[in-house]
Amino acid sequence: MNPWIFVGLFFVVGLLIPVGAIGIAWLLGPKKPNPIKQSVYECGIETVGESWVQFKAQYYIFALVFLVFDVETVFLFPWAVKLGALGLFAVIEGIIFILILVAGLVYTWRKGMLEWA
Amino acid sequence: MSFWNDPLKVAADWLLGVFTAWGMPELAANILIGFLGVLILISILMVLDIGLVWVERKVVARFQDRIGPNRLGPFGLIQPFADIIKLMIKEDITPAGADKVVYNIAPMLSMMSVLILWAVVPLAPTILGVDLNIGVLYIIAAGAIGTLSIIMAGWSSNNKYALIGAFRQVAVMISFEVPMLATLLIPTILAGSMGTAAIVEGQDIWYVLLAPLGALIFLVAAIAELGRAPFDLAEGESELVSGYNIEYSGMKFGMFYAGELLHAFTFGGFWAILFFGGYRFFGLEKVSPFLAIAVLLFKAFIGYWLIMWVRYTLLRIRIDHMLAFNWKFLTPLAFTLIMVTALMNALLSGTSTWLYVTGMFLSNVLVAWGALEIARSYSRRERERIEGKRIVEAGH
Amino acid sequence: MTGEQIVFLVVAFVTLFAGLMVVTTRNLVHAALWLVAALFGVAVTYVILHANFLAVVQVVVYIGAIAILFIFAVMLTRRDMRDQGPQMNKNWWFGAVLAVLTFGGLYFLLQGWEGMTKTATSYPVGFDAISELGNALVSPAGYVLPFEVASVLLVAALVGAVYVAFNPRNGNSGK
Repeated sequence: MNPWIFVGLFFVVGLLIPVGAIGIAWLLGPKKPNPIKQSVYECGIETVGESWVQFKAQYYIFALVFLVFDVETVFLFPWAVKLGALGLFAVIEGIIFILILVAGLVYTWRKGMLEWA
Repeated sequence: MSFWNDPLKVAADWLLGVFTAWGMPELAANILIGFLGVLILISILMVLDIGLVWVERKVVARFQDRIGPNRLGPFGLIQPFADIIKLMIKEDITPAGADKVVYNIAPMLSMMSVLILWAVVPLAPTILGVDLNIGVLYIIAAGAIGTLSIIMAGWSSNNKYALIGAFRQVAVMISFEVPMLATLLIPTILAGSMGTAAIVEGQDIWYVLLAPLGALIFLVAAIAELGRAPFDLAEGESELVSGYNIEYSGMKFGMFYAGELLHAFTFGGFWAILFFGGYRFFGLEKVSPFLAIAVLLFKAFIGYWLIMWVRYTLLRIRIDHMLAFNWKFLTPLAFTLIMVTALMNALLSGTSTWLYVTGMFLSNVLVAWGALEIARSYSRRERERIEGKRIVEAGH
Repeated sequence: MTGEQIVFLVVAFVTLFAGLMVVTTRNLVHAALWLVAALFGVAVTYVILHANFLAVVQVVVYIGAIAILFIFAVMLTRRDMRDQGPQMNKNWWFGAVLAVLTFGGLYFLLQGWEGMTKTATSYPVGFDAISELGNALVSPAGYVLPFEVASVLLVAALVGAVYVAFNPRNGNSGK
């Protein structure tokens, strides 16, 4: 049997439990909404302008850098699995792979993109 | 084959017999048995989770020289159940202007992302949800769903604090995912497999002895992934009130809260599985699978306790410091460590066990010492630069 | 029809529906979330194909990184996260023709492919796809050059991103 069926079951049950808990709470709890109760909680002060505001571009830069390193490390996993059987040559290949990327990190660093300006 | 030696298989075989006798096709019966098994495991986890509320509150009280919950039942043990009842009968408030569908899905996804982690936790030699050959990457994949739930919660609440909190939390999570992935490579290299079961089986010597620095980096990255102090700047009570879950109330907030506690405990468990031999403890796991589960839970609690200790001891750090710490220190260090581990593993694998362990351990210590020296000399130079500037300014 | 086929059909339908919602929904964050659903559907498709590694990588990279990047991008660029402009521009008919032609071309090409009609042989016992992949990536007879070039490509992407984001006017250039 495909082991992923069990993973699927974990997803199903993992979703059913919170749905059930929230559902029961929804059934048991009172439902008396009013405008004051539903107002946005910002320490009693009315929200100024739109809540969905624009954000600092720096978050995006970090997400981009993260994406590159994420993909890179994922590439390394099959290498790591096979490392014991492959010997020194494969190790050196992997080290070259990492070093090239560390060079990219150093470049980003030197350009000041890792500063939270 | 008795129940005490292999309970899961005995129970499954017995149920299979019962179901097929009812005229159910074998595949359907197997899926039903799997469903029941998963349901039981997750129910136990939820009960454990309720217990964790008590543990966390009691431990934080001890760290802060208080008593903690002590009114309901012996040692306040009934307190979490009272909390649950309160959460159940509380009115569920949806803020005006919230994006209702996304707002409601987020807490469910948050809880799910934690529960599905237990699919790859090897509880005992014979008790394991799924033996996936990509186990360690599955941990990160589940974390990706958790990240998504946070950004959904923050965005759909229609609250600026929630959105800022979500952004910060996601920035922390994605940043620290890089060193976490990198340290996950170390058990993979040492065990020659990504499967969690194979990693535990490979630990005749606990990997913490072969890669102490890797274990440390994993713990730091795990704490950051959990969004706990010192990386809890998403919460930032004094500035953001509560962060991404500020607008949630009742059971929906309960899901985030319980999910966070169980997440911390789960990462304590993964720390044990990856670096401290999982359910293995000097052959104790061979005696009985129940003993193996007890060993794993004990180790997981130690990891959880350590995470709590860090949480209630250290101060919150600023976002720029946090990102600098990750990208300028932890990430290069983790990559250096992979290279050193791979190289040492290849060079020493043919030699005696003693030499292998000593070599691996010393190489880790050397890398850690080198990193600390570089950081120290850099900070000294920075300090001198700033102090020099201050002296010049004072001279004017 | 086997269980696997039923699962595949359901997943394929959900994926296509999610894909359709990505392009039709007005709210950009909703579009990004529908994209996540579509990407998750693709991951499940990989699972059905017994491609464990690709399935997890799909979730780790596409949902964990690229979808987050998209959501960040939407939140950074739009003050109001609703798309007000028309959803079609005047070249829509050209795009439609191109899409139909691409689909036709792919259909034509895959007609002659034997994989469409043949059932895949099951893995031999003890076959580990990950270690085969690891072998192929680093052995000189395999894909060692593409493996290293991938690293260079990633660095190129990083440098490009830094270059685009680099704004000398706001003074956060390197020291």
